[in-house]
Amino acid sequence: MEAIFGSFDVYLTGFGLTIGLAVVSGVLSLVFGLLLAAARVGPVPVLSKAAAVYVTLFRNTPLLVVFIFIAIALPRIGITFQSIEVIAVGDYNVSAFFFRAVVALTLYTSAFVCEAIRSGINAVPVGQAEAARAIGLDFGQVMRLVVLPQAARAVVPPMASVFIALTKNTSIAAAFGIAEAAATMRRFTNDNADQRIEIFLLIALGYIVVVEAIAFSSYALERRWKVAR
Amino acid sequence: MRMTRTKVAAAAAGLALLTAGCGNAGSDESETRDVEAVEDAQFEEGTRMAELNEAGEITIGVKYDQPGIGFQGAGDDTPVGFDPEIGKIIAANLGIDPENITWTETISDNREPFLQEGEVDLVIASYSITDERREVVGQAGPYYVTGQQLLVPSDSDIDDVADVEGEEVCSVTGSTSLDNARAEGAQPRGFDTYSECVDQVLDGTVSAMTTDGAILLGYAAEQPDALKVVGEPFSEERYGIGYSPEYPEMCQFLNDTLEASYEDGSWEEAFDITLGQSGDDAPEPPALDECA
Repeated sequence: MEAIFGSFDVYLTGFGLTIGLAVVSGVLSLVFGLLLAAARVGPVPVLSKAAAVYVTLFRNTPLLVVFIFIAIALPRIGITFQSIEVIAVGDYNVSAFFFRAVVALTLYTSAFVCEAIRSGINAVPVGQAEAARAIGLDFGQVMRLVVLPQAARAVVPPMASVFIALTKNTSIAAAFGIAEAAATMRRFTNDNADQRIEIFLLIALGYIVVVEAIAFSSYALERRWKVAR
Repeated sequence: MRMTRTKVAAAAAGLALLTAGCGNAGSDESETRDVEAVEDAQFEEGTRMAELNEAGEITIGVKYDQPGIGFQGAGDDTPVGFDPEIGKIIAANLGIDPENITWTETISDNREPFLQEGEVDLVIASYSITDERREVVGQAGPYYVTGQQLLVPSDSDIDDVADVEGEEVCSVTGSTSLDNARAEGAQPRGFDTYSECVDQVLDGTVSAMTTDGAILLGYAAEQPDALKVVGEPFSEERYGIGYSPEYPEMCQFLNDTLEASYEDGSWEEAFDITLGQSGDDAPEPPALDECA
């Protein structure tokens, strides 16, 4: 116990990075996934095919392989993303390691976001879109004004699962230069071989807290958007 | 369908790249020496040594990714390096031939659990002796003392530990070396294995790699044109032999065996054909800790 409570700031920094990775890649995956879903259900065949291929490629590839590709294979051919390090948020300089982890997580997660959104869109009766077309709305308007608002409700539970998976998936970054929670756990166990079990449990507890926060916000959203049918 | 084909081409290119990363497999045949089992090994009834001698086989955990220390290339049957050589000496003194040793890969993280659960009988895996570890497992030795140094590209400006402040330095996630680098003001970057870390140095995504000098020398010896080891050692790592805490009698046996190997020259010979290949002479064997 004292291993973690003796250096609690290290524990908090670890989970800070976990949350940072989850939030940044979560937002980017949401945006990218939404564009993919729009392309996939949209009327342009090329875009629709391309989005389908993207989903097939990234949903079927283990995240570890995506990480190895971004963090180990790309630098080998000179793509290191180091130019990103000139960008500063306040006093904090964005590191290429963080950026590479975000790229890997976003590429992977947006495939799942796309499919979750598509399931929501499919849940909206086709008559809704037809009616919207009949009053003269174009594809963008149909999606934005009629279909997506209704789809959003159906999307909340699967989307929460996607983000929970993303949060736990950030732990893969531990092996790619990010000192997030899982890396912190390994640092603690290495220094305190005699307190392994306590360290595992406290790290697991940290993940449970973060994931529960996502779960509770999803329940809250569900309640808020609920409509009488 | 053009999109599909481009994606497939991209994926194929990616795969080719990944496999290209595994280029330097296989290892030097000369890095091994023949050890004969002691025929008439005698042990007191009921000790662990007697059990192992009776069974005629032993499981030893070593590293598989540290050239010179413990390394197994993709095509090799057994790991080679200083640690496996020490393992063979220990096994021989238990009356066990090298063929009857089962080598198991241990990584930094699973060495204590493997010993506690009896997954391996001994851990000889660049296993630094620390007080915390001695709380949960037994550690005999040290049989080798090294210190943390830096591995940098040959054209790097870094030539001492003072130069790493503010630089990104990689090592294995959660290792003591990474903690020490952090204490020196470097930005620590953890990777899963040492070889991935070496790749990061070669690709220039980190400025240096740090861990025990012995391990770094092994990598530098593999690519002398691209890499060099710099700086005075800034920590002291004392490699010990891990054994299960249930068999405290192992300690004295291990110490006696190491002592004997110091005297009959087998320790030095083991060093010369492994770590010594990077050009270093065998150092004085370190003084062993008393068994509790």
